[in-house]
Amino acid sequence: MKFSESWLRSFVDPKVSGEALSHLLTMSGLEVEEEQPAAPFFDHVCVARVLEVVKHPNADRLSLCRVDAGGGEVRQIVCGAPNVSPGIKAPCALPGANLPGNLKIKAAKVRGVESGGMLCSARELGLSEDASGLLILPDDAPVGEDLRVYLDLDDTLRTLKLTPNRADCLSISGIAREVSALTRAPAVFPEVSEVPVETDLRRAIVLDAPDACPLYCGRILVGADAQAATPDWMKRRLERSGMRSISALVDITNYVMLELGQPLHAFDNAKLKGTIHARSARPGEKILLLNGQTLELREDVLLIADDTRPLAMAGIMGGDETGITSGTTEIFLESAFFAPHAVAGRARRYGFGSEASYRFERGVDFGGARRALERASQLILEICGGRAGPLVEASAPLPERCPIRLRPSRVARLLGVSIADEEIVGILRRLGMCVESDGENFIVVPPSFRFDIEIEADLIEEIARLYGYDNIPSSNSHADLMMLPRSESERGISRIRQNLIDRGYQEVVNFAFVDEEWEKNLAGNRYAIRLSNPIAAQMSVMRSSLLSGLVANLVTNLKRKQTRVRLFETGRCFFRAPDGVPVAGFSQPWKLGALAYGAALPEQWSAASRNVDFFDAKGDLEALLAPNAEILGARFEKTAHPALHPGRSAALSIGGKCVGVVGELHPRWVQHYDLPLAPVVFEVDLDVLKFARMPAYAEVSKQPLAIRDLAVVVDQKIALRDILEGIKTDSPATVRDVELFDVYTGAGVEPGKKSLAFRIVMQDTQRTLLDTEVDAAVQRMLAYLQNTFAAQLRT
Amino acid sequence: MQNLDRIVQEARVDFSATDDPDALEQVKARYLGKSGRITALLKEMARLSPEERKATGQTINRAKEAIENALSERRDALRRAALERRLAEEAVDVTLPGRREVQGGLHPVTRTLERIEALFRSIGFEVADGPEIEADFQNFTALNMPEGHPARSMHDTFYLLDENGAVADDVLLRTHTSPIQVRYMQAHVEKYGALETMPDIRIIAPGRVYRVDSDATHSPMFHQVEGLWIGANVSLADLKGVCADFLRRFFESDDLKVRFRPSFFPFTEPSAEIDVAFMSGALEGRWLEIAGCGMVHPNVLRHVGIDPEKYTGFAFGMGPDRLTMLRYGVSDLRLFFDGDLRFLRQFV
Repeated sequence: MKFSESWLRSFVDPKVSGEALSHLLTMSGLEVEEEQPAAPFFDHVCVARVLEVVKHPNADRLSLCRVDAGGGEVRQIVCGAPNVSPGIKAPCALPGANLPGNLKIKAAKVRGVESGGMLCSARELGLSEDASGLLILPDDAPVGEDLRVYLDLDDTLRTLKLTPNRADCLSISGIAREVSALTRAPAVFPEVSEVPVETDLRRAIVLDAPDACPLYCGRILVGADAQAATPDWMKRRLERSGMRSISALVDITNYVMLELGQPLHAFDNAKLKGTIHARSARPGEKILLLNGQTLELREDVLLIADDTRPLAMAGIMGGDETGITSGTTEIFLESAFFAPHAVAGRARRYGFGSEASYRFERGVDFGGARRALERASQLILEICGGRAGPLVEASAPLPERCPIRLRPSRVARLLGVSIADEEIVGILRRLGMCVESDGENFIVVPPSFRFDIEIEADLIEEIARLYGYDNIPSSNSHADLMMLPRSESERGISRIRQNLIDRGYQEVVNFAFVDEEWEKNLAGNRYAIRLSNPIAAQMSVMRSSLLSGLVANLVTNLKRKQTRVRLFETGRCFFRAPDGVPVAGFSQPWKLGALAYGAALPEQWSAASRNVDFFDAKGDLEALLAPNAEILGARFEKTAHPALHPGRSAALSIGGKCVGVVGELHPRWVQHYDLPLAPVVFEVDLDVLKFARMPAYAEVSKQPLAIRDLAVVVDQKIALRDILEGIKTDSPATVRDVELFDVYTGAGVEPGKKSLAFRIVMQDTQRTLLDTEVDAAVQRMLAYLQNTFAAQLRT
Repeated sequence: MQNLDRIVQEARVDFSATDDPDALEQVKARYLGKSGRITALLKEMARLSPEERKATGQTINRAKEAIENALSERRDALRRAALERRLAEEAVDVTLPGRREVQGGLHPVTRTLERIEALFRSIGFEVADGPEIEADFQNFTALNMPEGHPARSMHDTFYLLDENGAVADDVLLRTHTSPIQVRYMQAHVEKYGALETMPDIRIIAPGRVYRVDSDATHSPMFHQVEGLWIGANVSLADLKGVCADFLRRFFESDDLKVRFRPSFFPFTEPSAEIDVAFMSGALEGRWLEIAGCGMVHPNVLRHVGIDPEKYTGFAFGMGPDRLTMLRYGVSDLRLFFDGDLRFLRQFV
């Protein structure tokens, strides 16, 4: 809501500066979002009359003018404007004047002729972009008057960022009412009296949907001149409120809306037939609106119709066929109350909005409909002439303003400060509420222009607003001390993140909606959850994996010449799941995804350079699982994943359930995304990582350890885990640990085979093991490997 | 026994002339070995009378001791020298950099969220979480925004298609983190509703939220963190105290100016907007909108089964993205979601 300070001050003129007024409004909940002067600074410019114009002796395009700028003196001024002519009035900048753009006016010679000032265009004064000629002023403009005073230019325009509950401030009167309540300065509104009725012409009005339209006032005006000019003062106020002047009749309806907050509509009465109905649209009914759109309406749209056709979307926009034109002579003027629920969302559904719908959606004062109609009639008669018919009003029960009980004790409890009863009553009354005491409490009835006061808390907000939020103390709160639970068997996400950070990974945050193509390629998801209104095609489906985002990040970073990239993200992924919890239809697990690309270690003098591979990613994932992998029963198995190299990828499973993957990006995608090297990635359900093993004590054995090494050659295809698990099942309890410490292929080992070297650690809890026992155990292990895996002892 | 003194003297000279530990042992043998000169003298004593033998023996033993001392000193000196040499040989250029892995880093917004969480934990607020595909009820209806409520239009909401390609009208991408509070309150009531007095609810709810909006200052996905305190006597004064305290701690600025001005949210009444003004830096003196807050609307409490006559509470919500921008001077919101390492590494 944009408004002019001078218009506001014509209704209420508190003794505060403009700056203080802004602060006051902002601190009372009517935030001043923007503030600008009505005109840029200039001075010593006054209204002048051009008396005589002759050609400049030395220049073809210049004129020599004799000008009366007041002060009983006639000036000679050189002027280049094409529209200068004797008799016109225009602004004249006198010597000593400062104009916008740091222009100083001095008496000077122009092409050899004295010029005592400058006649100005609107652009030269910064009033508009119009530089086609002098700004012609009305004939009745008083010569010599300061232009700033004459055009009321020392005005400030403010834009309020109104919250949706404050529809009552969508007019100058409304803001004035509020300012008056805040400052206690009296508000004086324009006198509105009933206009004389000079014709019997009238239209019957029927409220077919009284719930949606419980009040409709209408009046016919005949003989008005639709081509009359809008007075300058009205144009100026409209423009300063951000509205263009269109024609006198339209301007008047807009002016009254700005002044009083009541949207009005003017129909061409000659084009209406019979009775006016406020009714619901019939299925399939169509209307061509003033904005050129033809709409097919649903039944929940309220229409204004006559006996034959729809005339307007009630409270939203009039129809094109019955709107007023320059040829209109008879007007049917509407001032009605349309209930917010009957208007809300309708315009938006068809992709537009209007000043009227904006107001009706939020609530228009139903107590002001008649007054607004009279006010508009009065202005039409004044400006366009004509005769008015009787005001016809159809009404049904209007919204009720129910009495609300207000307990001063509740005020104190909710605000944390005790406010005296008299102050409470004073505040509420200043806001136009009716307040009565029932002894201990108050019974309050809000005014018809407030649609946001329904319960006690609403009243308490009003009290706090006028009492001043600044005056409510900031307390050091008191609360019962209660410790928060801290489970030792759960690891916080911040620990998990820190682990990766320590291993060189940088956290990223990616959008949860991704390109459908990426989702198909990298997550193999052909049934992704699609958005109905995506912001762009490449953000159209919900991700089921974090990996595509990370690969996209890699592509971006490679373009920016980053050669070593390590990224991770934690976030939710989305799947359809009929039995999803807590939102049925979806499961939304938290995942952690990571990507490493380029050198395994940052380039440094002390380490050989190599690129990351599968085992780097797996190592980082294992580090996240440590030390709980064994307790969880985590297993890595070969897997087929659409994003990953089939021979260099594994699924992480726990209790038979796949909870993650790790691997090298499939060569197909490495090529597709034009990556110089293959990144390695992993992704895992975050819940798995949150598990923390509760430590359990076991006695430390005092018996010595026996350590033996054993190296065997087996077929390349045999998986290490099969060997280790086999050994463990087959070995006596004294074998504490069997650890792989070397894998070798190459010279000395047959092609297709690999050499594996194990370190076997043995210990008895009660006694020292004999060498013979240790050797026997190793022999047994070897025999097992020979029998089961056709292993050969490597010597 | 002039002779003995000379032997000791000669031994000393010989020892010091020897630089090699092995050679030193050979020189030692010349004096103290089986056929060494001292050993020879001791053997000769057999010919002396017992009286002479005693005196001579003492003299010879003194000489032997002196030689042994000299030897031992020389051994030590050689050992020390050897160690010196080894240490010198083993010395490295200590100015070469250590073996390293580069440290990764938290996303700047996560950094902010962790700070916020820590500050609120310190006054007993728990951290709550909730789904991002959210039910219409929790996102809107329970928050006093029934269907058709004008405030819904201010949340440009992302909706989803169902399996048949039709718009699913009961779910959406959450437009704020308030539904987390709704779910938390519902669970709290389920757990403690039977008690005479429920324990307080004190939570903060951080997370990602979604709105159909994208330009330099709006991202279709962004972060929010909301806080909620419900108890028997929680007031607007408490809200002011907690929020102002938080903002001063967060920005580590005791002189930060904080003001509360009336505003409107469907889920709070009274409602307020919180502005801050820094007393130094690039933004000095300007009021910046930083958070929305208010006393929880009685309808919201009723929707989750809490009696608004018995309990009151406050809620606040703010944008960690904006807090991060203010704290570190970041000018473009889009940088947070771009994955650009050159930007992100500045927050390591």
